Amino acid sequence: MKTTYREAVRLGLREALKRDPRAFLMGEDVGRYGGAYACSKGLLEEFGPERIRDTPLSESTFVGAGIGAALGGMRPIVEVMTVNFSLLALDQIVNNAATLRHMSGGQLSVPLVVRMATGGGRQLAAQHSHSLEVYYAHVPGIKVVAPATAADARGMLLAALEEPDPVVIFEHAMLYPLEGEIDEHNGAVQLDRAAVRRPGRDATVITYGGSLGKALAAAEQLAAEGIEAEVIDLRSLRPLDMPTILNSVAHTRRAVVVDEGWRTCSLAAEISAQIMEGGFFDLDAPVARVCSVETPMPYAAHLEQAALPQADKIVAAVRELLDRHG
Amino acid sequence: MFNETAMQTVAEPKSKAGERDRGASLLGQMLLIRRFEEKSAELYSLGKIHGFLHLYIGEEAVAVGAIPALSTDDAIVSTYREHGHALVRGISPGAIMAEMYGKANGCSRGRGGSMHLFDASRRFYGGNAIVGGGLPLAVGLALADKLQDRKRVTACLFGDGAVAEGEFHESLNLAALWKLPVLFLCENNRYAMGTAIERHQSQTDISAKAAAYGMPSAAIDGMDVLAVEQAAKKAVAAVREGAGPYLLEARTYRFRAHSMYDAELYRGKEEVEQWKKRDPIALFTALLREQGLLGDAQLAEFERSVAEQVASAVQFAEAGPWEPIEDLTKDVYTPVAP
Repeated sequence: MKTTYREAVRLGLREALKRDPRAFLMGEDVGRYGGAYACSKGLLEEFGPERIRDTPLSESTFVGAGIGAALGGMRPIVEVMTVNFSLLALDQIVNNAATLRHMSGGQLSVPLVVRMATGGGRQLAAQHSHSLEVYYAHVPGIKVVAPATAADARGMLLAALEEPDPVVIFEHAMLYPLEGEIDEHNGAVQLDRAAVRRPGRDATVITYGGSLGKALAAAEQLAAEGIEAEVIDLRSLRPLDMPTILNSVAHTRRAVVVDEGWRTCSLAAEISAQIMEGGFFDLDAPVARVCSVETPMPYAAHLEQAALPQADKIVAAVRELLDRHG
Repeated sequence: MFNETAMQTVAEPKSKAGERDRGASLLGQMLLIRRFEEKSAELYSLGKIHGFLHLYIGEEAVAVGAIPALSTDDAIVSTYREHGHALVRGISPGAIMAEMYGKANGCSRGRGGSMHLFDASRRFYGGNAIVGGGLPLAVGLALADKLQDRKRVTACLFGDGAVAEGEFHESLNLAALWKLPVLFLCENNRYAMGTAIERHQSQTDISAKAAAYGMPSAAIDGMDVLAVEQAAKKAVAAVREGAGPYLLEARTYRFRAHSMYDAELYRGKEEVEQWKKRDPIALFTALLREQGLLGDAQLAEFERSVAEQVASAVQFAEAGPWEPIEDLTKDVYTPVAP
């Protein structure tokens, strides 16, 4: 059936809560307000205040309480309103959720799901718009995913709840109103594999989350010029599915990494390094990157759009690889 | 320094033998912590133990008085000064010593060291070395119990330094708001590392802060094991009955440096000497003697038995294997069946 990304998240939450009595949702305004992005609308009425818990504005403590509840046998789903706010809880995620299993010599595990919105494009300026996924993808002990489609928004949430270890889910805020197909009968989907969203032979465009649509639009534009770009949706940011990327690069011989994070020390930098390590001799050209301009996100629409990766920048990057190194 | 409180009598069990046993148990546990840590300091100097080593010496009455008030189903979230907590909870001295050696037979398989002792079977959830970082975990453990209708208590130990962290206030608020079964047990040893409480708190009466969250609280003499025991029993009972969280402040003092690297430039010797006059072990020993519950021969027997336990812990650590380097990345993630 056709549904929005937002509705797909809601369906996933609803299914999770129905399926597993240990599951509960907690976060700022997830209950009465229905979620800052309306992802949990109606769930309070359906599941009650014990399982749909509005929290105070205490990111560190309600994320930490999620970790504690996971240790205590529950399956908490913690919603943090945006990735920028999640920095207040970074301590709990990095110093506790990610470490407890290893630091206890394998005695504990933390089956916690943390969801948060990420990304720019809505003129929310420099404290609500950044893509800081790489902060989390850097950390061993957690898994990090970024569903880019409605089907993944639902399926990856269900899969995350089956994981024994912490999973951080990034939902790009521009995706919520977008429509896509979901199969209601399908449950959890694979969590750690990338997906080839469009096959091509001339260059591989590697991206995730909110940039997938831009990469597909760029590929469409390139196709009109006779250039066939293969588009890979990472889906998982930690671990990275390098075999899928390297297989693609082995036949296209060119790669552009599109990442809404800043270029310096970015996911794009990591992927580029790993392509160099694992596929250097397959390459006809250096790996190119299309990232956000290195500035705090500005408010004015024309400035914000100029700061973000866009389809035309991706088109230009692919063309450049073919023109200079074709 | 706060007023000395008069020591009570050991009596609670009616028979003399019962009183004697009870006194012996409290004294024995305090002595074990003291001697175990003295040995640890020695082994640190010998290069057997590395990293940070934070000694609990001087604060033994808090762990020994409070932790037995919990049942085996209850949970404990502790700090990086937790050898005493772990010992009283029943983690074997050998497993703790081996952990400090970094051996595979340590209670965290050599991954944690002195600051990160764990025992899932005893619901001992670490050994947290981020000041204040354990409070939210305790809130969550208690939430899990509440959601699963279990009548359990989570005891969260932390120092006066943690009171300055935002997580202290967030956690007290959330636990009180949701009426969660948490015993917040503050071991106020008057120093946040080297910063005296007067220099880090606008309100130095920590127990008074509970009022801001509508939470009951008490401050007790943390050098008096019987006072701690009595207050902890009362607090645990209230929490278990569903009255919501409770803040218990035990006023104590650490006789040793913050860690093995501390030159103690921030406090005078006279202050330390003054506090040593209220050594919890000496005070309790004197009380037992006064009440005719302890003689020289028995005390010597305690010392002998504790020395034996410490020696066998060292032996266990010395004999333990090293975790193979091939297992370095084991337990970063939970293994999943293929």
